Amino acid sequence: MKSHYRIGFFLLLAPLGLWLALLVVIPHIDMLTISLRDRVAPREYVFSFVNYQEFFSEPLYWNTFVRTATMSITATVLTLLIAFPIAYYIAKVLRGRSKRLLFLMCLIPFWVSELVRTYGWMILLRETGVVSKILVWAGILDKPVEMLYNDAAIMTGLIYTSLLFMVVPLVTTLDSLDDSLIEASYDLGGNGFSTLREIVIPHAMPGIVSGSIVVFMLTLGNYLTPNLLGGKDSLWFTEQIYTQFITRFNWELGAAFGFLLLLLSSVIVFGGLKLSRQTLSEALK
Amino acid sequence: MHRSKTLLAGVAILTLSLGSANAETLRLLTWGGYAPDDVIADFTKETGITVSVTKSNNEDMISKLRATGGSGFDLAQPSQDRIVGAQTDYDIYKPMDLSKIDAAQFIPSMMDATRKNTTFKGQVYGVPHIWGTSGLVLDRSKAGNVGDYTDLCNPALAGKVSYRLKRPTLIGFAFAMGMDPFAAYQDKGAYQKILDKVEAKLVDCKSNVRVYWTGGDALLNLLRSGEVVAAMAWDTGGWKLNKENANITFVAPKSGALGWIDTFALPRKTKAEDAAYKWINFVMRPQIAARITASAGNFTAAKGADEFVEETLKKQFKESFPPAAIDNIKWYPTVPAGLEELEGKTLDRVNAAKSG
Repeated sequence: MKSHYRIGFFLLLAPLGLWLALLVVIPHIDMLTISLRDRVAPREYVFSFVNYQEFFSEPLYWNTFVRTATMSITATVLTLLIAFPIAYYIAKVLRGRSKRLLFLMCLIPFWVSELVRTYGWMILLRETGVVSKILVWAGILDKPVEMLYNDAAIMTGLIYTSLLFMVVPLVTTLDSLDDSLIEASYDLGGNGFSTLREIVIPHAMPGIVSGSIVVFMLTLGNYLTPNLLGGKDSLWFTEQIYTQFITRFNWELGAAFGFLLLLLSSVIVFGGLKLSRQTLSEALK
Repeated sequence: MHRSKTLLAGVAILTLSLGSANAETLRLLTWGGYAPDDVIADFTKETGITVSVTKSNNEDMISKLRATGGSGFDLAQPSQDRIVGAQTDYDIYKPMDLSKIDAAQFIPSMMDATRKNTTFKGQVYGVPHIWGTSGLVLDRSKAGNVGDYTDLCNPALAGKVSYRLKRPTLIGFAFAMGMDPFAAYQDKGAYQKILDKVEAKLVDCKSNVRVYWTGGDALLNLLRSGEVVAAMAWDTGGWKLNKENANITFVAPKSGALGWIDTFALPRKTKAEDAAYKWINFVMRPQIAARITASAGNFTAAKGADEFVEETLKKQFKESFPPAAIDNIKWYPTVPAGLEELEGKTLDRVNAAKSG
């Protein structure tokens, strides 16, 4: 009887195991071996750490790396700041139909693909675009201004793309906060700010952390948005990886870059968890 | 007796189902516009072969074939300068059997040039299909004085210029600065010197650039809206815009437009070689070739196809290319292995430089 259960258990686990092994583990092992070889002649490769050396010896590469990390962290923090009031409003202030409606409004942009959303921003921000024209028409500007092709445009696109992934976990955790706790806080002489700090934020922490992890990962690995909204000075690490793989045919360096990105994201997420004193399992419950 | 009958029936059913699943398909890896739907429909009507098209570009084609060791597609269309290098390094193509190709349909000079350029270890790997150039696309009412790539750096055009951050830009600028990069192809030291000069120029020019374009459609939008008035781009884009706005057209730069020829090449593990040859011979018929010109916007290597091409395009071509400009086209020679690494480093540094 017991063995019966065990077979069932393994059978149920099989799809996940296969998926992990075939689509995650094995390709990564392959990438690692590719990143640790150097092309010495056509179709001839030797084992070497040269690609990793290349990364550390070329300022452009690690500058891009650092820039991507800082911009991703900034985008995550800004997304959190924007999403928190929205989530609080949806979870605690609204009731019934308007609550569902507002939640739906957050979802609607995701009914089209990321590409379409990004193009939407391009139409809005370009010099001959909607925003620029309206400002000129209203007399605020005397001539059209280019708002595309800079870091602010990238940031806008990134935050817009990740907003939903921050709002949903926040709404879920804030929903579970008992209103009487907030009342009690006020009864005991707390004001709005101290209630937020002592009651709401600690309760929402798992949501904040899981939302931040998801947003950070999405941003760090984003390719489309920086590519389309960014300008001539905008460098993004995923673009570097793409360039090495596809336009330079330099799989070895590209694979090394891929690994370094994996390492970077793991380190930052781990650091974030340590800082917020959360555990991964707690945050992703 | 009874059992053998069922066995026979089973075998029959099996062969029938295999046969129907085996209706020939040609998996074509090509550029946008090179295999228009109506041409595919006619081809299928004539031969019974269905064609599935994957749109791509040079780097993407090589990457795809490299990833699969040359399988997954039956016919590819890389540019002629991107065959020998890729073959040397990754072994992704298969030699052509020229006896299966109707050579009479090709313009002889182009056939010979491509054969020479795609010969690797004594075997030919490509035949020509479509050719075109990159040069300048200008709004003549606003950037009429631009005659060469280096004029894109004229401060009067600040913020109104776009080009790609890719190898053609390096080569074009080198020619415009009076150097000959193609002559230095075999000498890495000399080529690096040229690249260094071009790098300085492009870093200097960066403040003029609105954005480095990546996709053709994005560039057309920049020119359409007037956000960009001068760009380094493909001839077809210029002619397409010329139909909408007579001021905009393609101009061959003084130092010479850069000429490319896209070929037909067989991936090493092609599964439908015969279908591939049939397709090549089919699309090189003059009338069919003219229809492909209409959809791709570029001329083909098919003999006698020009007379079937619509007049507008011919007129635009003549306007962009006076006879002297045709003679001055700089055709890309085969890229030696290792060169793109040097170019890549240069492009990276230009990309990283802060624009003033």
